[in-house]
Amino acid sequence: MDSKFLFYIVKRLLMALLTIVLVIAITFFVMHAIPASPFSSEKAKSDATIAALEAKYGFDKPVPVQFLNYLKNICQLDFGLSTAWVGSTVFDLIKGGFAYSAKIGFTAAVLAIVSGVFFGCIAALKRGGWIDKTVQVVTTALVSMPSFVVATILLLVFGLKLKWFPTLANMPGGLVLPILSLSMYPMAYITRLARSSMLDVLGQDYIRTARAKGLRNSKVIFKHALKNALSPVITYAGPMMAYILTGSMVVENIFSVPGLGRLFVNSMLRTDYMMIMGVTIFLAIMIILMNFISDILYKVVDPRIDLG
Amino acid sequence: MSDNMPKKNFLSFQLDPKLFEPATQEEKEQQVQMRESVSFMKDAMRRLYKNKLSMVCIIIIVVIMLIAFIAPSVYPYTYEAQDLSRKYLEPFEYSQKEQAAIDAGESVFPHLMGTDALGRDYAIRVIYGTRISLLVGIFAAAIVIVFGILYGSVSGYFGGKVDMIMMRIVDVIYALPDVLIIILLSVALKDAISKSSSELVMKLGAGMVSIFIVFGLLYWVGMARQVRGQILSIKEQEYVLASRAIGASPARIIRKHMIPNCISVIIITAALQIPSAIFTESFLSFLGLGVSMPMPSLGSLASDARTGLVSYPYLLLCPALSIFLIVLSFNLLGNGLRDAFDPKLRS
Repeated sequence: MDSKFLFYIVKRLLMALLTIVLVIAITFFVMHAIPASPFSSEKAKSDATIAALEAKYGFDKPVPVQFLNYLKNICQLDFGLSTAWVGSTVFDLIKGGFAYSAKIGFTAAVLAIVSGVFFGCIAALKRGGWIDKTVQVVTTALVSMPSFVVATILLLVFGLKLKWFPTLANMPGGLVLPILSLSMYPMAYITRLARSSMLDVLGQDYIRTARAKGLRNSKVIFKHALKNALSPVITYAGPMMAYILTGSMVVENIFSVPGLGRLFVNSMLRTDYMMIMGVTIFLAIMIILMNFISDILYKVVDPRIDLG
Repeated sequence: MSDNMPKKNFLSFQLDPKLFEPATQEEKEQQVQMRESVSFMKDAMRRLYKNKLSMVCIIIIVVIMLIAFIAPSVYPYTYEAQDLSRKYLEPFEYSQKEQAAIDAGESVFPHLMGTDALGRDYAIRVIYGTRISLLVGIFAAAIVIVFGILYGSVSGYFGGKVDMIMMRIVDVIYALPDVLIIILLSVALKDAISKSSSELVMKLGAGMVSIFIVFGLLYWVGMARQVRGQILSIKEQEYVLASRAIGASPARIIRKHMIPNCISVIIITAALQIPSAIFTESFLSFLGLGVSMPMPSLGSLASDARTGLVSYPYLLLCPALSIFLIVLSFNLLGNGLRDAFDPKLRS
């Protein structure tokens, strides 16, 4: 069993690495299919300058060599230089933006998991009651709202009309609305997931046994039911990461957070190709790693799962 | 054994003549079917009809589709006609020029949702945006159905090495972050498309074309997995063995036995794919990567509405409500279809 598990981890890790290389390859070759050179869009430069720049970045070499170089550089965390933000390396810009995005994203994720599990369990325990019905209606509505709808409506209602929270991120309390907007969809999704898996677990024989032994209700729920009901929530960690990272592009723009998402959108507007490549690869690596971690965690938490 | 029969010998082939007597009336009646057998499809449809919520969703979707595809041809305003004398009108408000025309006895069609910053009628823009969303959803479902079924059924039917290789490919595609790839492609395609001569491509814009390309490349894998799993289990059934024994070709077996038995999985997966495609499109349009100007999309309308949000909240609420209604209806319909077609899954 143990060696089998190790084998699974190695297999899964190789798969993740392969996917990362594939994403880098797609990014690289798609960007190289663009006829324009990264420098041609800039202000007029002499041909000699462009040639010198191209030589500096190795653009004069054949494409496969360039790709291997790019791959090697990424392994050394060198994503190249930004053309829109002159003088900054792509990696430094990513690092600066990610500091904000990570703070918002992490808080949103924790909020989504904690409140999602809480509401999901309450709804399952009070199945058919008014709490359950309300939770079902609200979560169904929330998973049908794109992130930009949630964010702009929160901005309109709580930021502009009621003025409870500031609308710009750099003011005190300004991160409340971005965090709330990012956590709504995952929270609703986790609530539904937790509710259905809790209902499933509560119908199992071992819960009946635990009750028959005369255990207190709280002990049955926290010790026996909750642990088993949570494993499907773990599988959602990867998709949630993807949602929060891509959602931050919208939310950070709406609330003017100087994070990675806004940086990405700005580099698209300013056609900074090195930046677009760098951020795409960085975000993809985050998502793929999160998928990997959640897969492994899932097997750790629930050893019954077949290691296919 | 009847009494007048001699004792049966060991190894003798001796028949009981009673077995060959004509059946009595009573025995015949036992064979009569009391009720027509209900096919799986009919049974599922009956369950769907009984589900009130699903029926309401179907009605909403049909009404939205009718409005989105018919209204533009009868509506008196176009989505691109600008008139700065009537900018930022509230719903059902008239500009001075229009009011003068009404006073003069002419009839002016009201702006059902007001007008935007450039004086364009907002209702028709929301209708066009809805049309884009629906088209994306339908197109995504079509691609998912065609590619997913083809790939999944071939992989599941042949099994073994073929299956293993095909499924590894699916695993890799499944792990790719789809939104990022769409963004990347649309950035790259923007340049290529702006030089394109095709009018349709120009009208849709780089974002739209790359959305379609990426749906074609990435979105079908979920369906392929589902169909393959289903085919693998059906393959072991006796009726497939029987049909192979009488010499049916693989194509016939896939068509006649496999696909009909996969139909519930196919319908459910396709129905749930539609809202997620609509989500992606509106997200990209909001970022400015969707349809190109001046063609509106619900996402780009909501994005434009951010300027002057306090004074003109209806510019945000109309497209937001519209996308919410579409996605909600498709989501609920998807759940209803799942309950109807796969009663085992019902929680």
